[in-house]
Amino acid sequence: MRFLVPMAIFVVLVVVLAVGLKLDPRYVPSPLINKDAPAFTLETLADPKTTLSKQDLLGRPVLVNVWASWCSACRVEHPVLLSMAQNDKVEIIGLNYKDTREAGSELLQAHGNPYRQVLFDPQGKLGLDLGVYGVPETFVLDAKGVIRFKQVGPITPEAWRDQIKPLLAKLATSPAP
Amino acid sequence: MIAEIGLFLMSLALALALVQVVFPAVGLVTQQGLWLGYARPAAQAQFACLLGAFLALVYAFLSNDFSLAYVAQNSNSALPWMYRMSAVWGAHEGSILLWSAILAGWTFAVSLRVHRLPADVGAVVLAVMGAVSVAFLLFVLFTSNPFARGLPSPSDGADLNPLLQDPGLIIHPPMLYMGYVGFSVPFAFAVAALVCGRLTPGWARWARPWTLTAWTFLTLGIALGSWWAYYELGWGGWWFWDPVENASFMPWLLGTALIHSLSVTDKRGTFKSWTVLLAIGAFSLSLLGTFLVRSGVLTSVHAFATDPARGVFVLSILGVAVGGSLLLYAWRGPKVLSGGTYSTVSRETFLLANSLLLTVSTATILLGTLYPLLVDALGLGKISVGPPYFNLVFGLLMAPLAIALGLGQFARWREDQLPRLWRGARYSAGAALVVGLVIGILVDGPQRLTAAAGLTLAAWILFTTAMGVRERLVGRASLSAALGALPRAFYGQCLAHTGFALAIIGVCLTTALSTEQHARMAPGDAVSLGAYEFRFEALKQVQGPNFQASEARFTVWHDGQQVDELHPQKRIYTVRNQPMTEAGISPGLSGDLYVSLGEPLDGQAWSVRVSFKAWVRFVWLGALLMAGGGLLALRDRRYQNATSPAASDAALAQG
Repeated sequence: MRFLVPMAIFVVLVVVLAVGLKLDPRYVPSPLINKDAPAFTLETLADPKTTLSKQDLLGRPVLVNVWASWCSACRVEHPVLLSMAQNDKVEIIGLNYKDTREAGSELLQAHGNPYRQVLFDPQGKLGLDLGVYGVPETFVLDAKGVIRFKQVGPITPEAWRDQIKPLLAKLATSPAP
Repeated sequence: MIAEIGLFLMSLALALALVQVVFPAVGLVTQQGLWLGYARPAAQAQFACLLGAFLALVYAFLSNDFSLAYVAQNSNSALPWMYRMSAVWGAHEGSILLWSAILAGWTFAVSLRVHRLPADVGAVVLAVMGAVSVAFLLFVLFTSNPFARGLPSPSDGADLNPLLQDPGLIIHPPMLYMGYVGFSVPFAFAVAALVCGRLTPGWARWARPWTLTAWTFLTLGIALGSWWAYYELGWGGWWFWDPVENASFMPWLLGTALIHSLSVTDKRGTFKSWTVLLAIGAFSLSLLGTFLVRSGVLTSVHAFATDPARGVFVLSILGVAVGGSLLLYAWRGPKVLSGGTYSTVSRETFLLANSLLLTVSTATILLGTLYPLLVDALGLGKISVGPPYFNLVFGLLMAPLAIALGLGQFARWREDQLPRLWRGARYSAGAALVVGLVIGILVDGPQRLTAAAGLTLAAWILFTTAMGVRERLVGRASLSAALGALPRAFYGQCLAHTGFALAIIGVCLTTALSTEQHARMAPGDAVSLGAYEFRFEALKQVQGPNFQASEARFTVWHDGQQVDELHPQKRIYTVRNQPMTEAGISPGLSGDLYVSLGEPLDGQAWSVRVSFKAWVRFVWLGALLMAGGGLLALRDRRYQNATSPAASDAALAQG
């Protein structure tokens, strides 16, 4: 009987992996696409006394980038974000996710800050509402606050060039409400 | 033309791999020795074909043949030639071809020595490796053909990811694959033993050198990857517990357990069932790693272009290979795998304990890596498991591992007494505790406990290793003669254990003692870090072959003396317009001076990070010594003038 134990463990593992393949977050679009972004009011990372809410993001297309200082993939994405903010003047709103204020601020100070504003979400409340699977993730919101695109995992230069940049250009030319 | 030749050679290799599987199977069923014999020439011809296919792809890259979609996506005419070559395995299609070619290479090596094995066992070993080869060649041909033409063909390529344009990355993947794929040999041996119903100690002696070779390559591959991450990512970290790093670390841990378990099966004839399970497990985890990297179920720094169809394919290979071998294990295991006795206090016990600890460590890493996926699959929400989990759990498991390692080094085979062990170990234990205490007093800061505990364990391993050597020399008339008489495998063991201790020292001290400072600096500014002062002297523009860089010149001063000069760069790779950080590093045994440029600020100012990475070299030095230990053990006479396994079994039965 004990000779069957490894087999049993392996079957469970394969089932999980197979389900995982179906769930593949990069290829299944978020159910929130083309839905209103959830309402929120959060403190900013820089200053606990300042808060931002969804109203502050309306009126122009913005990128919301979910990141954390403990996330290694974010470090790969970071220079891409910096280049987007500097060279393409994209407005990126950071969502600092399940992080501490000190660690998050220190990272931005040391490596540059691509964000116009950073929301501070230590418990991951807004992350939960947005259906964040892992970090980093990036949402494109149009002027009315509707989620138009979701990038799971780091934004690669290709994803920026081929998908996000054209989408932003399209959103910018369509008339604001 | 070259692409068509490559594709043809790959298809031919597939046909030969099928011969390599089907003919021995028929021979085994019909009991005809002639059919068994076809496995060998088929395996050798298969290797020749895949080597040819691989060289065809290398040629396509070197000659800038952008009509191949894979070349166009991953190379560029301005790319230096050595990176054009390493670009062959810079993305999915080429790296999976490399995987297959290396598998064929291992099969070829086995086929050269297979005549020393009983005919049926040898043929089954080659057939199993052929089956793995069939699966991967189908995978390459149907989902990942590197020779596919792209239409229209571009005038120039999209360049290799700048992260991969680095000397370390030229050899890191081949080393890693040599290790991953090498574990297919003990896997095939395990399956053959189960199929043929023969698992003798001679079997273990055959499997050992192959396993050791694979393990040595994997050790070097992982160390290279860690070293590369340290200087190339510009963050100064050397291990991130990234899913793909874990994917290479798990087979290494099980492989470590396997080489130890094999030695017990070889010398004492016990642990057979456990050894076979570990042999299946180590290769299964290599396959799992391949699945995790290429299916896109997990987000990772190592973003291979992912594709769900590929994921399904690799998962099927995993299911058939591992599921099949585990079924075989459940069916044949009870008959084949038994024998050997040992008492509760003996070297066997400590080796078994460490095998179990390594397996549990592997399981915890597997759990941590897959947990986000599991939670999501069960619909319980979304989570990320970070380094704190891995550091804590892994650290806690390493402590009993180190203790058992020390005791195992001078416990006796078969039976030993606790009082004797204690007499041998007490001085080492006492001295190790003193070392830990001194470190605990000297080191300040939040990681004091880590440093003290880690150094205690490392000292314990070093002292017990030394005691183990001493025990073998006591009472010998001539020291040099006694040293010369010790087997090379024993020296290998001591070297590898010393390496393990040095790696522990490196990990703990660099965690506890490294310092860093972020600053906004313009040329002329200086910043101090402990006893060192870093001066930003000048900034200039540098034109590389396919990038432009801002290069800073930093001088490092200590007690008013200039001790070093560093040249960190910030590069922009022109084709992809992608920025890269090249850290300026001055290596030293007790620590590295490390400067990396962050972002340009206003005027000439930059955000700069300077750090002192204390003792970080010990991490890789330890890994190198471990690999050196593997090499030394491979040179042991036990394998050199290997008699036939039947003879060694007979010797064991008599003795």
